[in-house]
Amino acid sequence: MNSVRSVFIIARLTLREVVRRRLLWSLVGLTVIIVALTWWGFGRIADASPVTGPVEMLGVSQVTVMLAFMFAFVLAMTAVFAGSPAIGPDIENGLLLAILARPIRRAEVLLGRWLGLAVVLVAYALVAGYLELGAVALATGYAPADSMAAPVYLAGEALVLLTLAIVLSTRVPSVASGAVAVVAYGLAWMAGVLGGVGEAFNSDVLKGAGLVAKLILPSDVMWRGSAGALTPPLDVLSAGGIANAALYRYSPFSGAQPSPEWLAYCALWVVGMLAIGCLLLRRREL
Amino acid sequence: MGGGAVGAAAIEAGGVSSASAAIETHELRKEFGRIVALAGLTMTVPRGEVFGFLGPNGAGKTTAVKLLLGLSQPTTGEGRVLGAPLGDVTVRERVGYLPELFRYQGWMTAREVLALHCELARLPRAEWVPEIRAALELVGLVDRADGRTGIFSKGMQQRLGIAVALLGRPDLVILDEPTSALDPVGRQDVRRIIGSLRDRGTTVFLNSHLLTEVERVCDRVAIVDHGRVVSELRMSELTLERGVSVRVTGLGVAGGEVAASYGTTRVDGEWLNVDGIADADVPELVAKLVARGGAIHAVVPKHHTLEERFLSLLGAGSPVEMDESIPPETEA
Repeated sequence: MNSVRSVFIIARLTLREVVRRRLLWSLVGLTVIIVALTWWGFGRIADASPVTGPVEMLGVSQVTVMLAFMFAFVLAMTAVFAGSPAIGPDIENGLLLAILARPIRRAEVLLGRWLGLAVVLVAYALVAGYLELGAVALATGYAPADSMAAPVYLAGEALVLLTLAIVLSTRVPSVASGAVAVVAYGLAWMAGVLGGVGEAFNSDVLKGAGLVAKLILPSDVMWRGSAGALTPPLDVLSAGGIANAALYRYSPFSGAQPSPEWLAYCALWVVGMLAIGCLLLRRREL
Repeated sequence: MGGGAVGAAAIEAGGVSSASAAIETHELRKEFGRIVALAGLTMTVPRGEVFGFLGPNGAGKTTAVKLLLGLSQPTTGEGRVLGAPLGDVTVRERVGYLPELFRYQGWMTAREVLALHCELARLPRAEWVPEIRAALELVGLVDRADGRTGIFSKGMQQRLGIAVALLGRPDLVILDEPTSALDPVGRQDVRRIIGSLRDRGTTVFLNSHLLTEVERVCDRVAIVDHGRVVSELRMSELTLERGVSVRVTGLGVAGGEVAASYGTTRVDGEWLNVDGIADADVPELVAKLVARGGAIHAVVPKHHTLEERFLSLLGAGSPVEMDESIPPETEA
């Protein structure tokens, strides 16, 4: 019971820090700008060519997925840059020394930091994601296959990257852990594209490489889920002139919602990584 | 850290006490790779005393403090803090700690930092406001309570650190170099605070290399070098070793003869040193020297300072600092 309380104390402290240090307000400001631009941009598309037929719908869906990809990138960077200084600098400047002399365990500090930042990222992903999709729908009338699920997957991707960055921050200086997490994110995305190519062309080697990358860092599982949720249904794709709609799912700007097994794996990955992070922090000399 | 009964027995066997000790350690050792930070620390800090932990830089003082607080794991050895084995989390509810190098959340106000530590120390919420007010008053930060700590000077940070360490009236307060960033007024305040802690029965573990500070406030000191206690003494033993130096001319060796009945004498040029003389006998000695035709230029009462003891144990040239605010020779 005391452990849960300690985790919440640190999570609350982290949330207050996010608000005081203006990260939250920066995100809110950016969201307002992006949503306004989205509404304006998609409005111009609709003005030029009303979205009534499958071809236009396909076009709008592609732009929507691209927008989501850019948003996912911003979210991933936010997760990495919020997570990578979460522990290391606090050790180096003596801040953790004062906190850990209290009746609180190191694992509780790490989990509290993670929880506080996770709340911010999930809230940002969901609010900004739904507002952007709302702006698209308002401007064009286009609704993707699963509008409700797409921001949830984006939030999941942010959580995966936040977890990676925080675990790295227990041992690696923040600049290095941020850089490693960003590179890992990029590699995971590229491996996902290669895995898709492997599926499309039935290459076992590429499929295997994609699978291994997903197992190591499942951020792309979440991104593909989001892209899948934003892609039009198969009948719209077919009507829009996509000859092989199933194959289209493997393109870099498309995807498929992950199976329950993959979702469970992602959750386990996060839990396992946090456990490793707790162990690494426990063994670190302060 | 299953010290338990075995550890307690070993500590007893080491010639030190007791269930009532605030801190007991037995052969506590810490290695960082091939570097031995603490070679084997055995000591006892009785409850209710102000205990000075002295040593040159690199002697292992801060490492020892971190082991006591469970912030670091010993390589071997064992110990107890307030009766609980090292590393026990719950005992930290009763321990206050001022780290040597620390910072608080720069975006928080002093009051918020104190509230956070009240919460972390698991103080009942009803006690927060009076505790915070009392702590702020004690360290003289009432006027800056709502200022962001990020813009505090080092001295103010240290005052805040002391306030944090005293929250909740802990049974044991561990202060690691509490006056290193303070001006003479601040140092005097810290001495006053330590005095009031002693009065209320709190054990204070003072880690410092400012010898005159330690000399003024401690009941007992341990001098540590290369990770081991090389001497442990009560301050009262040290101050018994009194003496006087008299700069006298016109007497030659006769001055030594006059003083011989008061203590051990040594003539060093114009200075006549008399060790072991009682303070009350000094005027009489001076009167006799004058009566024998001596011209008195100076009378300097002295006691053996902690610095002398320290340097004799560790050898001259050890990197210690005297408190520059108080000339040690003139200290009473």
